[in-house]
Amino acid sequence: MTPRRRRLYWVLGILVGVGLAGGLALRAFQQNVMFYFDPTRIAAGEVRPGQRFRLGGMVEKGSLQRTPGSLEVRFVVTDFRHQVPVHYANVLPDLFREGAGVVAHGRLDANGTFIADEVLAKHDEKYMPPEVARSLAAGQSASAAPLVTPGQVH
Amino acid sequence: MVVELGHYALILALMLAGAQAFFGLAGPSLRSERWLAVVPSAACGQFVFVALAVGVLVHAFISNDFSVHYVAENSNSALPLFYRVTAMWGAHEGSMLLWILVLTLWTMALVARSHTMPAAFAARALGVLGLISFFFLLFTLATSNPFGRLIPAPPDGNDLNPVLQDPAFAVHPPILYMGYVGFSVSFALACAAMIEGRRDQLWAQWMRPWTVMAWAFLACGIALGSWWAYYELGWGGFWFWDPVENASFMPWLIGTALIHSLAVTDKRGLFKSWTLLLAVTAFSLSLIGTFLVRSGVLVSVHSFAADPSRGLFILALLVVMIGGALALYAWRAPLMKSAAGFDFVSRESFLLFNNILLAIAAAVVFGGTLAPMIADTLGLGTLSVGPPYFNPSFLVPILPMLALVALGMHARWRRGGLGEARRPVLIALGVALVLGLALSLGVYAHPLKLTPVGAVVGIWIILSALIDPVDRLRRGLRLPASIAGMSIAHIGLGIFVLGITFVQSNTIERDIALKPGESAQLGAYRFLYQGGADIVGPNYEGFRGTVSITRNGVPVRVLYPEKRRYWVQGTVQTTAAIAPAFNRDLLAALGEDVGAGAWSLRLQYRPLIRFVWIGALIMAIGGVTAVVGRRRAQPLPDGATLPTATALPGGGSLPAAPAPPRGRAR
Repeated sequence: MTPRRRRLYWVLGILVGVGLAGGLALRAFQQNVMFYFDPTRIAAGEVRPGQRFRLGGMVEKGSLQRTPGSLEVRFVVTDFRHQVPVHYANVLPDLFREGAGVVAHGRLDANGTFIADEVLAKHDEKYMPPEVARSLAAGQSASAAPLVTPGQVH
Repeated sequence: MVVELGHYALILALMLAGAQAFFGLAGPSLRSERWLAVVPSAACGQFVFVALAVGVLVHAFISNDFSVHYVAENSNSALPLFYRVTAMWGAHEGSMLLWILVLTLWTMALVARSHTMPAAFAARALGVLGLISFFFLLFTLATSNPFGRLIPAPPDGNDLNPVLQDPAFAVHPPILYMGYVGFSVSFALACAAMIEGRRDQLWAQWMRPWTVMAWAFLACGIALGSWWAYYELGWGGFWFWDPVENASFMPWLIGTALIHSLAVTDKRGLFKSWTLLLAVTAFSLSLIGTFLVRSGVLVSVHSFAADPSRGLFILALLVVMIGGALALYAWRAPLMKSAAGFDFVSRESFLLFNNILLAIAAAVVFGGTLAPMIADTLGLGTLSVGPPYFNPSFLVPILPMLALVALGMHARWRRGGLGEARRPVLIALGVALVLGLALSLGVYAHPLKLTPVGAVVGIWIILSALIDPVDRLRRGLRLPASIAGMSIAHIGLGIFVLGITFVQSNTIERDIALKPGESAQLGAYRFLYQGGADIVGPNYEGFRGTVSITRNGVPVRVLYPEKRRYWVQGTVQTTAAIAPAFNRDLLAALGEDVGAGAWSLRLQYRPLIRFVWIGALIMAIGGVTAVVGRRRAQPLPDGATLPTATALPGGGSLPAAPAPPRGRAR
């Protein structure tokens, strides 16, 4: 084998390897990327049935219901235009509270209830996840009834 | 007044950094000895003034000077003294200052070791470091001044974020920055080599110890951060593929590739331009990482709009530094030709595969980290990328890489084949197969499909790394520091792989609501919730639960998880309680009062999780061993000859040729 030929094989082999890895990564990306929807976009029917996604908005005041003595909680996420009921059965994060921004991961069930398997509220009170802040700002300007000011985005 | 002195010290440091950059880069070209002599002095002066500025800021924190805006935002008179000191790097402005302090520390180290390389080369490298420092000081002074006043001063401060009120916070950021910023030295040496257009590979020999040290610090910093997140954030995960974590992980991956590629360049004079590209990339990723984290771009593209001056400055800086280095590379890389060839199963091939696979792994992480930002900018919707993407995509390049480690360590240079090591490596594989399968199918039941693979690979790497040291000990030979370091680092890698494998496949997690007297079963362990009581701390109040754990009826440990509410910011924080052991961790964290006398609890059993951090630590120890041992073994006094690794025509490939006298290389 001439050195030139050998180098050609090396380059070809590396290209095939890189291509394979890239292809697999892209596939994993397409299958596992999670899109964000707010209640208005859900009401517009943008979510495919069974699709796992991130729901964001504000926890509506007075909507939190517990089953005493169990982990089960129900609450409503709103963007001031539409509401989505949420069901969750794990430990809620420290910063979760009514009137604060929240992001939840999960799926919609047949009745339109969001079954969350993860609830995130990892920022402090002054801070909203940016996508949530945008949804809330849009909702407020639409309803023209400011309830809370979404926190500034640092 | 003192605070203003800190501000002035920073301005003086900026000017000295400018002088260091100018004289360092211009001096050698003009062959001006006097200009060269300015460089180390400017570097020392810069260090002194930056240290002074840091001292002033720390003093402002200790003396509760809330007329300083940054102190008022991040401290409080009720905060314990220790955390008032560490609060210095608790937010953006202070951590930029820490970044600069660490950069000047590395610069001082390079000044101290500059006698090991030609004066002009060292001056150029110091000049590049001065340039980096200049930009960062300018950035800090122009957009993130930590010495800004707040008049009238508030009566008390806003307190340090409770998450940061932890001993680990005292060491994690400095050590992480030592790693991040340490790659600036490799970067500067690479730039100096490219500016000079050096055709030899001496620069690789000079770059090796710096790269390995930075890499070791980064490994420690990442491991510390992971351990801290594990116990402090309260929910038991140790790696979340969070953008901030990825930002430190990518330079580490490329740094690992760089160490291995440097070995080839140093020993055989191959892969020269690839090594230079890796050195540039590692630091570029550090820069990108720093700014992604510090500017908040990753949290939101809109943070640019929130503070346009900061964002624009960052972009300009990235373009100048990275673009400049890449342009230099494009200009000079064609000079760096490698003449020698190598066989297919030689050490060179294995290291080439190691490099390619690590680079792919870094690219996978890079893509996943930046995808949300790119999608948002292009208006493709708001998306998030999490572990479901990272875990499988990362394994695709990394698993083959790990599988090749045990063989690659023993492959011979140039000619290929395993030589004498062939038999012991195969025996090690056999033993690893037996032990790995026994461990994954016997000891730990219900594994994932990949568990046996991870177990076998991990054990094989450890055994294979032991072959050389054991062989040398048996024959009564001395163990060179480089081989000892490599073996230690690879043993660390094997331990790390074992840890990850079993913690991923055999962890048990349960969220459950328990009333006093009720219990939950996790594997062999029974967690009994005995109730709790209210507590009061120095700057918080809270609730402490009591959870006693038994294994098959035998008491193991009593845990006291807490829920705290910090008064100043009103933040609620979960403080998990952990029972650590060599082979498993048990964790209990309090959720909240769910009514009817019950509390929600998160309970976890994680096997071998300590192996993950210990493995990373051992890798770092291996790196340090190689560097320190080598320095001891071959001291390089001024004027000494340096061994070169010129690829000799016709066979003899290892460093054998006498070195040319050290001189002004141009």
